[in-house]
Amino acid sequence: MAKDKLTRILATDCGSTTTKAILIEYIDGEYRQTIRGEAPTTVEAPLNDVTKGVLNAVNEVEELAQLEYKNPNIKFITDDGILMPRDGEIGVDAYVSTSSAGGGLQMMVTGVVARMTGESAERAALGAGAIVMDLIASNDKRPNYEKIERIRQLRPDMILMAGGVDGGTTKHVAELAELVAAADPKPRLGSSYKLPIIYAGNKDATNIVKETLQDNVDLIITENLRPKLEMENLGPARDKIHDLFMEHVMAQAPGYNKLMSWTKGPINGEVKNIPIMPTPAAVGNIMQKVAKVENIEALGVDIGGATTDVFSVFTEEFVFNRTVSANLGMSYSISNVLASSGLENILRWVPFDINRADLRNMIKNKMIRPTTIPQKLDELVLEQAIAKEALRLAFLQHKEFAVSLKGMQQNRGISDAFDQSVSGGTIVNMMTLDLLVGSGGVLSHAPRRHQSVMMMLDAFLPEGITRLAVDSIFMMPQLGVLAEISEQAATEVFNKDCLIHLGTSIVPVGKGKLGQSALHAKIELPDGSVFEEDIPYGEIKLVPLGPGEEAQATLTPKKGLDLGAGKNHSVSQVITGGVVGTVIDTRGRPFSLPADNQLRISLLKKWMKELKVYPEEILA
Amino acid sequence: MAQAYSAGLTVTENIVLKKERILPLKGKVLVKKGDKVKAEDFVAETFLPGKVMPMKLANALGVLPATLNEHLKVKPGDKIKKGQILAQTSGFLGLFKSTARSPLDGEFESVSAHTGQALLREPRIPIQVRAFIDGIVVDVIPDEGVVIENKSAYVQGIFGLGNETTGLLKMLVSAPDSSAKTADITDDCKDKLIVVGSTCDLTTIEKAKEVGVRGIITGGISDTDIKELLGYDIGVAITGHEEIGLTLVVTEGFGKISMARKTFELLQKFEGKKASIHGRTQIRAGVIRPEIIVPLDFDEDELVAQKPRMSTLDIGGMIRIIREPNFGKIGRIIKLPESLVVVESETKVRILEAELEDGQTVTVPRANVEVIEL
Repeated sequence: MAKDKLTRILATDCGSTTTKAILIEYIDGEYRQTIRGEAPTTVEAPLNDVTKGVLNAVNEVEELAQLEYKNPNIKFITDDGILMPRDGEIGVDAYVSTSSAGGGLQMMVTGVVARMTGESAERAALGAGAIVMDLIASNDKRPNYEKIERIRQLRPDMILMAGGVDGGTTKHVAELAELVAAADPKPRLGSSYKLPIIYAGNKDATNIVKETLQDNVDLIITENLRPKLEMENLGPARDKIHDLFMEHVMAQAPGYNKLMSWTKGPINGEVKNIPIMPTPAAVGNIMQKVAKVENIEALGVDIGGATTDVFSVFTEEFVFNRTVSANLGMSYSISNVLASSGLENILRWVPFDINRADLRNMIKNKMIRPTTIPQKLDELVLEQAIAKEALRLAFLQHKEFAVSLKGMQQNRGISDAFDQSVSGGTIVNMMTLDLLVGSGGVLSHAPRRHQSVMMMLDAFLPEGITRLAVDSIFMMPQLGVLAEISEQAATEVFNKDCLIHLGTSIVPVGKGKLGQSALHAKIELPDGSVFEEDIPYGEIKLVPLGPGEEAQATLTPKKGLDLGAGKNHSVSQVITGGVVGTVIDTRGRPFSLPADNQLRISLLKKWMKELKVYPEEILA
Repeated sequence: MAQAYSAGLTVTENIVLKKERILPLKGKVLVKKGDKVKAEDFVAETFLPGKVMPMKLANALGVLPATLNEHLKVKPGDKIKKGQILAQTSGFLGLFKSTARSPLDGEFESVSAHTGQALLREPRIPIQVRAFIDGIVVDVIPDEGVVIENKSAYVQGIFGLGNETTGLLKMLVSAPDSSAKTADITDDCKDKLIVVGSTCDLTTIEKAKEVGVRGIITGGISDTDIKELLGYDIGVAITGHEEIGLTLVVTEGFGKISMARKTFELLQKFEGKKASIHGRTQIRAGVIRPEIIVPLDFDEDELVAQKPRMSTLDIGGMIRIIREPNFGKIGRIIKLPESLVVVESETKVRILEAELEDGQTVTVPRANVEVIEL
């Protein structure tokens, strides 16, 4: 694509609460994100038209662009849509959008064995950006009549049916198809169309599935997503999910038909429609691209109002996993964080005493008025404590899901005889993780970036040496869909404007005694000075190292602690800086807080002070 | 700058209201366009399909699925009785027959030659939909339901529990910041919708249930009491299905919060009138808020629905603060500065300045207010 064809791009993300618009411009030989605007999403009553929110958000971008460039003639929209193509001050070259409004994409999946084909189906659905409402498997413990009731009640947007490896038995797949047929499931959005069902199971059972289902549902057949036990083939099923998301789900949501006609851009010199992508699929897209381009292992989290998504790319094969914790979030689902983690787990992160009934009421008030923000400092501290628990629980679910394929035969030699690893173990390895990216309001918009670092340290407990970053204004979704028409624009903006590098965490693994020497750190800073200290166990230490700066670090763990090279072995490497700096965390892994309340509060205050997390007055 | 929008709850003495009353599945509509209906009237009915019970018939007979058809004594679509023979093998010389009997009354729905599984269905379950509000049927959606329209006084709550109910409004307090005591719940509250002021504790709710109160309308409520009442912690705000013996509508939020004066005075004005209420709350994906609907007398030509619009923040406009500090207080907007301002939590936000009812001037993030329509 010729660059001169793509000089001004508008991208929106229609979230369940807010529609966010960004402007990307080609300036001085590179793509930069220049202006952003937002407005409440209008997919629901009273307006019932998603495009109104889009126009409001883009209108803000337009007005801010007029101010920024001191040019009142700049114009991006009319009442009828986005002005395209660009003609001088008027219009843009491309408009792309993602969407999670109206509850996003909700799916049910089936498989024969829950932990094998069922799990592969779940991975395909999640990777395509869906929320998986339930997994029905031949071997789950529920009796069949209960499964039928469940399928009937769920009302998903679509169903993905997997089951059986190619050439395997067809009986269980046929039985699953019969259960689905008996339930006669209806789509969530309206009964004017048939429920789409994608069959991606044993190819030998295709005809049986057709016979059983095709009269009552919109049946789509695609390649088996688990053709062999040791092989997943998720691509074709994911592609079908995306197609159906556009054709069925989006087309039913208020205003989306109009929005779909607006999203356009030049592809190979020709202006074409660019499909709206489910927000999480777009985030997954950009994460994978970055991991591959930089040859790193990466973990990303997006904590929203209703759900928390975790994305990871691990192993040398860049295995991608995504999980959605559908009921862990900071507004709509905030009360469920309390219900799932318990009050005590939230309170352990709070460096002051608080009335428990007041905290309960605060959480519920946030749930019913999800768009409010903490004005008082103590409410901010409480929200961030809740965020740590939401992130911790979501990450736990991710680790349990991101596993190697189960059911594979392993060739074991003598040397493996005492190896405890089995097929189906988690592939999430915090010690080898290179980059941890946080996004979502509570992380991206924290008043102090130090707070984002503290939340990520406490929730994810990184090990060894890890770069930390946040998505500045949560533009990963827009960049993920933008990558579909211009990978160059997407990756340039990702590196220059999207990520705010917070710094590097250095965390020796193992347990020690408070005050005992844990790590000898020698960091040669770019100004020529050297930070060299013995850091005791149970501390957090902040060493300034600014954005774009690098330092040579020689780090020697002590007393049996490990930084990745083995117990007590030194690690020497270049570390990168960020807006917060280098954070040395010797609080130990596994991490635990003292049971004694006074000691816990005094340690929290000490760590928060060192890391400059909150103003002094609240930590006094 | 672009207009600043702010969500608000509707509280009005006069609104043209349309309510869709739709069956969960297609069925029969019992009224016709133009009919005047009462809240208690049934407007549509249908039958939900009975539960499906799969039965491994081939296994039960010890035959191959492909040969199962030869042994069936019933055919798909047949009504069946509990104990009735569904399939039987011919045995050997008429002896050693294997027999499969129906475990339920219902219908023999289908049988699979692939799996040998039969599907039996329990009898259908009748479902009826009431009008819920007094009004006029303005539209009939064939086989699905109706649209009922009326003119009402209308209050949207913020949170609720329990399903639809109707009753006469009864005020138990004389000021929006007072709260009713257990002793205020007397026998004459039976079948009423009681307005209890700023809060309502668990013992008051229990007493109301005992007396037979149909609904409680309160400014605030403690989450600890809700947890006790339900026996579990509400995770995601999808409510309205609870069977707690009455319907609860909370107008302001959690904690002890004065009922908004406008809401209180409206309810006071219509004391003794019939109202329809429900506690259904869904915060995301199709926002549903609890409602208090007091039908008014109307002529049909008055039924002209207002165009939906979003509330905007304007100088002079009234707002309610919906988060600490000053949670629940009412004020008038005096400034809408465009630039971002750093508040106590160090969050940089767009704010407004408002003069509260006691004359105090406060700075509030725009996200923390609701517009009050006058």
